[in-house]
Amino acid sequence: MPEGRSSAPRTLFDKLWDSHRIETDADGEGLLYIDRVCLHERTGSIALAELAARGQSVRRPGHVFCVMDHIVDTRPGRGDATPVPGGENFIIGLRHHAARFGLRLFDVGDENQGIGHLVMAEQGIALPGLTVVCPDSHTCTLGALGCLAFGIGSSETEHVLATSTLRLGKPATLEVVVEGVLAAPATAKDLALVLIAEYGADGGLGAAMEFRGGAVARLDMEARMTLCNMAVEFGAATALVAPDAKTIAYVAKRPYAPAAPPEAAWQALRTDADAAFDHRIAIDAGAVAPRVTWGTSPAQGVNVSGRVPPPRNSSDRRALDYIGLEPGTALTAVPIDAAFIGSCTNARLSDLRLAAAVLKNRRVAPGVAAVCVPGSSQVKKAAEAEGLHRTFQAAGFEWRESGCAMCFYAGGETFGAGKRVITTTNRNFEGRQGPGTRSHLASPAVVAASAIRGRIASPETLDAMVP
Amino acid sequence: MPDELRGKVEPVRPFACHRGIAAPLLRDNVDTDAIIPSREMRRVSKRGLGAGLFANWRYADVGGRLPNPRFVLNQPAYAGASILLGGHNFGCGSSREHAVWALSDFGIRAIFAPSFGAIFRKNCIANGLLPGTVPAADLSTLAGWVAAAPQQNLLAIDLRAGKVSTAKAELAFGIRPGDRQLLLRGLDPIAHTLTAAASIDAFERARFDACPWAKLN
Ligand code: SF4
Repeated sequence: MPEGRSSAPRTLFDKLWDSHRIETDADGEGLLYIDRVCLHERTGSIALAELAARGQSVRRPGHVFCVMDHIVDTRPGRGDATPVPGGENFIIGLRHHAARFGLRLFDVGDENQGIGHLVMAEQGIALPGLTVVCPDSHTCTLGALGCLAFGIGSSETEHVLATSTLRLGKPATLEVVVEGVLAAPATAKDLALVLIAEYGADGGLGAAMEFRGGAVARLDMEARMTLCNMAVEFGAATALVAPDAKTIAYVAKRPYAPAAPPEAAWQALRTDADAAFDHRIAIDAGAVAPRVTWGTSPAQGVNVSGRVPPPRNSSDRRALDYIGLEPGTALTAVPIDAAFIGSCTNARLSDLRLAAAVLKNRRVAPGVAAVCVPGSSQVKKAAEAEGLHRTFQAAGFEWRESGCAMCFYAGGETFGAGKRVITTTNRNFEGRQGPGTRSHLASPAVVAASAIRGRIASPETLDAMVP
Repeated sequence: MPDELRGKVEPVRPFACHRGIAAPLLRDNVDTDAIIPSREMRRVSKRGLGAGLFANWRYADVGGRLPNPRFVLNQPAYAGASILLGGHNFGCGSSREHAVWALSDFGIRAIFAPSFGAIFRKNCIANGLLPGTVPAADLSTLAGWVAAAPQQNLLAIDLRAGKVSTAKAELAFGIRPGDRQLLLRGLDPIAHTLTAAASIDAFERARFDACPWAKLN
């Protein structure tokens, strides 16, 4: 591997960039070597079909992994049929092309099937120090492992499949220093929502950001993934957390991870003491409380204990119109129609445990449709081994097979027009969960508490509330 | 297998100069879900997506095709628009390249905005659609001039010079030099990269020597 290109102190991002840069052209674009590719049926099927039509081969098929997550049915007893009109074509298409190109596919029914961003971590396919891409914007989730992971478009996907490389402009670097103690019931999701609310949906400046500081070091791996997942909602190119002992312990013994982990090399993947970032943000985790969004951008959020703010501009007015709320309304006074726990943001085992702790010995409020979709088949299995599914079901939640499900609307399942959903997902855009559906982003604990209460609620207030 | 699963290759159209009607869509954070809602991506194909462009805003009935007269692209004054004037962070959100395919299919050749979603910007380049950055104040100037008579006050784009001009004024727009080259040449990026196949192979060998664990089967 090329070494010693520069003796100047470097950021973690610089190190990852340098160790994958094959060449740099005149205007500073780098040709970057890509170690791992994830494809899902929604966009991967198209990229593979185009590649086949070009008569191109996949340069390194052993480094390409396919998942069924976006369109697959998540209702129990599923097969290839899906609620998404025409959705079977994507499933059949990916299966056909994966076989044709000799790619490992985590198919419907595979015990390791799940949302790609979870599968790549669970299987040890994404590892510290690698470059990982997927035609899906939330690929940045995997930056939590200390790999350079980012979403790409279809044409770029064809390019990386055919050449194992991508041509990229080097993004600026952004240091996000998080100090203080993130105290329950606040979670990494709340931290991300505070960051985005404070600096805006484009506050990430298209930069490669690194989360640093004591609060980040204290987060477990799954919480780091939640934090990095939201980087794209912050307008960052990608996010990173430097590998530490937790990372190495997490990766160890996973199916595609090396039997003897190169611990020293992975520990060296950290920002040098005097390295300079292009931009810096500092945020106090101690000030973070449970959050909820009131609008149609992840930036439009407040504390659950807060009120809908007065609109500052036309985007705010438009959002309030769509979401059907008046300025000044207390969020805890807002009734909900549905509660959704799922997605690559918040459907890992620790998320389901948090929600189950709130749901234990309680019942979902009458009239609230409540659905839990574990992020992967492995998460589902682990949760069932702990009996969490019984807690969800006893509370009145549907317990599903894994997939993206109602995180996004593709013409299939939705909670309905005008319905208000409290959701652990990452996007509250207009129509994201269905035409006219109103989405309020929150943590699993807040979603669970709101399901019980029938209104937006924070878990710690549940007992004090008159039902 | 349905035909659409077989794929079909079309060359990237080179972009040098373009003259056309510009439509303002100056709100910030126009995301790719808004550009094309997921439910409109019905086929395993890049083509025929123009009808789904901005479906949530463009049609009055959800999932239907009844034009919403208030939406800018439905207004007769902007009929035939091939240039969009957008706000900050245009094309943010999902990585779906369908957003660019839908814009192209509709006939959009260029978008000017103060900033773009990073993946969206790259997707534009890969499909021969120009994403030019223009400061917000300049955009308002352009939009104001166009608005007076959209069908007459056309914008002329010269990519080589990096200029967009009206009859009255000329403004510089930003574009990465590499992107400019790709657009100008209408180059197939894969063929271009494969000319460096030997360096890729050599780099990979060195990488696997240094990090054997990076290599799978
Ligand atoms: S869970 Fe939602 S955000 Fe995550 S990959 Fe699936 S659709 Fe995208």
